[in-house]
Amino acid sequence: MQNNKSSAVSVFLGKLVRQQFFIPLTALFLLALFNLIVDPSFFKITINTNSAGNPVLSGALITILDNGSEFAILAIGMTLVTAASKGQDISVGAATAIAGSILLRMLCGTNSRPETIQMPIIAAFLISCVVAMLFGAFNGVLVAYFKIQPMVATLILYTAGRSIAAWFNNNELPIVTDAVFSYIGGFIPGIPIPTPFFIAVACIIIITLVLKFTNLRLYTQSVGINESSARLNGLNPAAIKILSFVIMGLCVAVVGLIKVSRLSTINYSVIAKDIEMDAILAVALGGNSLSGGKFNMAASIMGAYIIQFLTTTLYRRQVPSDALPAYKAVVVIILVVMSAPVVREYFASLMKKLKKEVA
Amino acid sequence: MSDNVVLKMRNIHKRFPGVYALQGVDFTLRKGEIHALMGENGAGKSTLIKVLTGVYTKDEGEISIDDQVVAIHSPQQAQNAGISTVYQEITLCPNLSVAENMYIGRTEGVYQNWKKVNADADKILQSLDIPAKATQQLSSCSIAVQQMVAIARAVDMDCKVLILDEPTSSLDEQEVAKLFKLMRDLKQRGVGIIFVTHFLDQVYEVCDRITVMRDGQLVGEYIIEELPRVQLVSKMLGKELDDMSDIHGEYQTYEAEAGEAPVFEASGLASDSGIKPFDFHINKGEVNGFTGLLGSGRSECVRAIFGADRVTHGNVKMNGKEVKISKPIDAMRNGIAYLPEDRKVDGIVGDLSVRDNLILAAQVLKGFLKPFSKAEANKFADEYIKLLSIKTASADTPIKSLSGGNQQKVIVARWLLTHPEYLILDEPTRGIDVGTKVDIQKLVLKLASEGMSVTFISSELDEMLRTCSRLIVMRDLNVVGELTGQDMNQSKVMSTIAGGEKKNAE
Repeated sequence: MQNNKSSAVSVFLGKLVRQQFFIPLTALFLLALFNLIVDPSFFKITINTNSAGNPVLSGALITILDNGSEFAILAIGMTLVTAASKGQDISVGAATAIAGSILLRMLCGTNSRPETIQMPIIAAFLISCVVAMLFGAFNGVLVAYFKIQPMVATLILYTAGRSIAAWFNNNELPIVTDAVFSYIGGFIPGIPIPTPFFIAVACIIIITLVLKFTNLRLYTQSVGINESSARLNGLNPAAIKILSFVIMGLCVAVVGLIKVSRLSTINYSVIAKDIEMDAILAVALGGNSLSGGKFNMAASIMGAYIIQFLTTTLYRRQVPSDALPAYKAVVVIILVVMSAPVVREYFASLMKKLKKEVA
Repeated sequence: MSDNVVLKMRNIHKRFPGVYALQGVDFTLRKGEIHALMGENGAGKSTLIKVLTGVYTKDEGEISIDDQVVAIHSPQQAQNAGISTVYQEITLCPNLSVAENMYIGRTEGVYQNWKKVNADADKILQSLDIPAKATQQLSSCSIAVQQMVAIARAVDMDCKVLILDEPTSSLDEQEVAKLFKLMRDLKQRGVGIIFVTHFLDQVYEVCDRITVMRDGQLVGEYIIEELPRVQLVSKMLGKELDDMSDIHGEYQTYEAEAGEAPVFEASGLASDSGIKPFDFHINKGEVNGFTGLLGSGRSECVRAIFGADRVTHGNVKMNGKEVKISKPIDAMRNGIAYLPEDRKVDGIVGDLSVRDNLILAAQVLKGFLKPFSKAEANKFADEYIKLLSIKTASADTPIKSLSGGNQQKVIVARWLLTHPEYLILDEPTRGIDVGTKVDIQKLVLKLASEGMSVTFISSELDEMLRTCSRLIVMRDLNVVGELTGQDMNQSKVMSTIAGGEKKNAE
C-alpha cells in the first residue's frame, strides 16, 4: 500500500517535471518564497498620487506588471522567431530605438520642440509600425533567403540600429509635450493600473486570436521542426520565417511606443538597451527550446513577467544596476543547464532509479 | 596468391538493437586490385566499411592486414593500420589550402616547416597527376579535384587499403574518368582499393573483383569477367534467374476509357538533381512504377514530377491541360500527392502530434486563414487511424514516438486526406514489417480500382511486379526502358536494369 502511494507520487512528479510550465512556475515560486522570507513588504500595494494628481497603485508588484509588459510583448515576437528560424533576434533593442525615433519624428515634425504634436498619435504609431516591420522583414530575408544564422543576421541591425535611429532625427532629441501621449507609458487618468499592462493584455488577446483563427502555430512549428518536410507539404519556409520577423517588428513598434511615451523623449544609446536578452530569456524561461520547433506562447509571456520579477527583486535587494546582468547571468546558466538534454536525461534516469527503489 | 592478400576480414558479426547487420561476413582484398563492394541499401556494405574503419566495433570476427591480426577500435587505429577512407561527401576543410588539408592532423610538434610541406604536397600531387597546387585554397578546386586531394592525402599516409565510398556520385563523366585514371595509377603502385558505388557501368569499367552482399550476409566474391551484369543484379536483389514466376495478374486493374487524356503527362522533364530529361505519363486508375537500382534516379523522377527539386526543363499536362508545377504547392493544387522516400528527413514533423501530421497537407491546401476546427481535425485523425489501423496511444502522441510502419501510415493518411487524383509513393514499404507492407500494397490496388492513379516505387521487385501494371526502368539517371504485360517479369526487368545483352559481353 505504502509502495503504491509513493510510486504514484513519483509518477506524478515525473509528469510534473515534464510539463512545460514546470520551469517558469518553479522559478516564480522560488522568487516569491524568497521575497516572502526576506522582505514581505515586497507584496505591499499602496495607493499614491502621481505627478499628474491621479491616484495610482504603486508597489513592487505593480512595477512588475508595468515593466514586465514590455518583455511580454517582445516575448510574443521572439517566441515566433525562435520557433520558425531556430535562432533569436538580437536587434530588438536597436529596432526599438528606430521605432521610437520614427515615432518622435512623426509627432514633432522638423521642429524638435513643437508646441503641439504634428500628427495624430495613432497615425505616427502606424508609420513607426510599418518601418519596424520593414526592418523585421530585412532581418527575415537575411535569415530565410541568405540562410544566415539569425543571431548573426540580426547582429547587423544590432550594430547599426541605434545610429540609424539617431540619424532619423538628425541626432536631436525631440520632446513631446502632449499629455495624452504620456498616458501610454504611464497612467490613464482615473485608472490606477499602468497602461502598458493593458497594452500587453491587448497584444496577448490579439496573438491568442491569431493563433486560434489562423494556422500560424501549425505552420511555424512545422517549419521549425522539419523544414524539408514542411516544404514538401506545400509550405514556403522562407515566407513563414520572414513573417515571424515581421511580427517581431510589430511587437518592437509597440514597445517603442511605450518606451518613448515613458520619457516623452528618447535617448538613442540607452533606450531599450539589452532588452533583447530579456526577451530571449523570457522564451527560454517559458521552457521553450531555443533551437526552435514547438512553442508555448503562454509560457513565454509568463517567463517575461518572471524576468521582471527577478529584476525587481534584485533592485529591492540593493543590487546596483551595473551588477544586475551578472546576477541574471547566473539564472540564465541555471536555466540553460537545466534544459540541456544531457541534464534532462540524467534527471530522467534518476527518476527511473527512484521509481525502481520505491518498487 | 595468399602473399598477395593485403586485407582479410573473416567471420565478421555486428548486431544493432533489432538489426543483425553483419552475419559472418568474409572479405578479402589483394594488393593492386580494385574491388567493388556491391549490394542494395541495407545490405550491410556501409556497416562493413565502418567496422573496417573503426567507426563501429565488431562483435565477432577477425581483421588482418598483411597476415597480421589487427585490432581496430577507432578511426585513428584504422589509419595507423594503413586503412584510409574517402567518403562520398568531401570531409576536408574547404577554407584551408590543399597542402594544409593533406597534412592536417599529421604534423608532429608545434613547429611546422610550411615551405617543406608545400613542396612535399606538390610532389605528391604531381606524381599522381592531380591538377592542383599545394598553396591553392581547396574550395577553388572542382569537386573532383577535391575528391582527388582527399585521395592524395590518404595515399600519402602510406595506406595499404584505400576505401572509396561512393566517390563518383557528385562528379560528371569527365571528372569520373580522371578519378578512374588516378585509381588505376594507385593500383599499379600496389594499393588495394575498395570501391563502393551504385553505378554498374563504373564497376565494370574499373574493377577487378566484386563482392556482393545482401541482408547482412555475404553472397559471394567474383572475378569481374565471370559475373555478367544480369547475374550481378540478380545476386544483389536475391532472385535466381530460374526462380522467376510471373506473379502479375493476381489482381484486377482499372481499365481507363479509351481516348481519355492521361491524368498526368510530362515531356522532357528534368530537374537540378541531375536527372536526364524524361517523358512520362499515367492514366486514370493506373498503377505504374519506376524501378532501377538505388541511385538510378527513380526518386529524382518523382521529385521532379512533384516539384520537390527545382524543375529545369519540360512541359507538364494534367488531364490534357498544360499546367506549371515549380514547387510542391503547385503539384498539390493540381491533385498530386507525394510520399517521400526518406520518411524521417522529408516526411514526418517529428515533434508534432499524429493529428497535426495527418492534417498538415490538407490544411496547407485549405489555406492559412482557414484552420480546421478541433472537432474536424479529431474526426479526420480518428477516421484515418481506424481506416489504416494506425497503432498510436492517441492522436495527441508525437509522431516520432510511433514505430516506422505506423509513421508511414500517418504520412499515407496525410496524403489520402487531400483526396489526390494522382498519388506518388516513393518507397512506402521500406523498413516496415511484412504485415504493413501487404496492407499498403492492398491499399494501393484498392485506390487504383476506385480510379486514383498511383506511382509506386519500391526496392523490392516482387512488390512492384505485384502492384504495377507498367514499369519504367532507370539506370544511371536515365530512363532506359518501359515494360508492360508479358515483359513484366523479373528476368526481363533485371536484364533491362543491367543494360541489355550487348553490354554483358564487355
